[in-house]
Amino acid sequence: MWKLILLELLKISRRPRTYIAFAAIWAIVALIQLALYVDGPKYMEFFLKDVADSFDIVGNPLNGYFVCFVILQTLLVHVPLLVAIVSADMISGEANLGTLRLIMSKPYSRTNILLSKFAASTIYTLILLLWIAFTGLFLSVVFFGTDGMIHAKSYEIIVLNGNDIFWRYLLAFSYAALALTTVASLGFFFSIFSQNSLGPIVTTMSVIIVMTILTTLDIPLFQRIKHFFFTSHMIAWKGFFEMQTDENGTALPGTIRNLSAILRSGVVLLGHIVGFVGASIFIFRKKDIVN
Amino acid sequence: MMFRKFFFIGIAIVHLFIHPAIAQDAAALLEQVKSKLNQVEDYQANGTIKTDVVFMKVPVAPIESFYVKPDRFKLKRSNGVSLLPKGEAGINISSLILAGDYTVLDAGTTMLNKEKMSLVKLIPNGAESGIILTTLWIDADKHVIRKSSTTTRENGTFDLEMEYGKYVTWGLPDKVVFYFNTKDYKLPKGITFEYDDGSKPLELPKNKKGSVTIVYRSYQINEGKGKIAFTEKKGKR
Repeated sequence: MWKLILLELLKISRRPRTYIAFAAIWAIVALIQLALYVDGPKYMEFFLKDVADSFDIVGNPLNGYFVCFVILQTLLVHVPLLVAIVSADMISGEANLGTLRLIMSKPYSRTNILLSKFAASTIYTLILLLWIAFTGLFLSVVFFGTDGMIHAKSYEIIVLNGNDIFWRYLLAFSYAALALTTVASLGFFFSIFSQNSLGPIVTTMSVIIVMTILTTLDIPLFQRIKHFFFTSHMIAWKGFFEMQTDENGTALPGTIRNLSAILRSGVVLLGHIVGFVGASIFIFRKKDIVN
Repeated sequence: MMFRKFFFIGIAIVHLFIHPAIAQDAAALLEQVKSKLNQVEDYQANGTIKTDVVFMKVPVAPIESFYVKPDRFKLKRSNGVSLLPKGEAGINISSLILAGDYTVLDAGTTMLNKEKMSLVKLIPNGAESGIILTTLWIDADKHVIRKSSTTTRENGTFDLEMEYGKYVTWGLPDKVVFYFNTKDYKLPKGITFEYDDGSKPLELPKNKKGSVTIVYRSYQINEGKGKIAFTEKKGKR
């Protein structure tokens, strides 16, 4: 099994499109960092316009932690596409090249082959996430320094202490790994139906875009059904940047406001992964690959 | 008829003599407060800050404050950012009392927390001041300001309450509570793209008063540390 995974990783590493994702992430991150370096105060002003008349900000709110938060928020829309480029190509790419039958002639079960392919795409996703962590968090901290973080929500502002942020990022990135693996499993699921890569990649992205738009639209009908979309649960990483409060309303550092909701969302994503991969195996085992 | 005429003239004469005397008392009382505050050339103080605004979730945080006579004051927070209400004169009463040019009016006495206080009003001389009126609740025995209410041109009215302890001889409070009005806060969900964990959004009360409480643990007075803070790096406040 491990040999199969290594083989799949080797295949992924040989494809030029694999590196497009790393280059694209570096470009997006660098552009956001440049923009915030030049026009950061104006960006902050926009978010804090309702309180700017009444409050002064003491400290350095435009620091690496804040920049990383902006980057993660922006990349949330783009990274699924980059993940889909590889995961949605895992089976369909073989079918397109005509190598699918050749692989199936090996002395491994279809389940093992499929699981190794999914494991390889998951490893690729995790490496991509590490790249985001390096460029988005590490480089932002190097360029912008560290301080407390202002997290502006639609109805409240959360201010986190500087020493209360890094562990939240570790959890947020771990959760993001789960979220992106869900996207990888969806792309993987679509890839078993197609003879070319483009179809599953576009279908995966379309599903994510439509669900994200429906989640974001503040319309009661969509608000009621949004919990059924896995995209609503993909952004639960933001929950790690919220704190519990005591009876006086004072925020408590070192706490997470609604950990059970985040865990629930995590279970939903995990269910999707198991569902998509299970369905892929179930369908692929019965799939006619001869014709 | 004649009696009523003399009565009113008498009242007017008494008022003419007594009222300046009262105003003079208020000015003298304020001078005593000022002389206490004037002992402090500069200070560096350590303490904690607690922000209580309904739409803000802010942890209690350590702060340092620096003051140089008469009106240089700044707050510094290590390892974090703070959102502090505008109106620095409000947070540091010394800046207002020692640097301001104003007319002093006596407003009698009143009770504050079951203690008798002298009420003094300060009206700034000159139109350029951002402050319209300041009312002070002065503890006439200890010669310290226990409460102030300041109405500004741009930032509304803010109140300041002070509690004194071991630094009362310098006129420096152990605890300062700054009350202010807050505005609405709202951002579109499409921009914040936030996670809905199922919890209900906050219901903002109609009376949107916020407060900032600073509790000072210690002061280092007249050791030049306040001055150093201003010469090292120009602060935000």
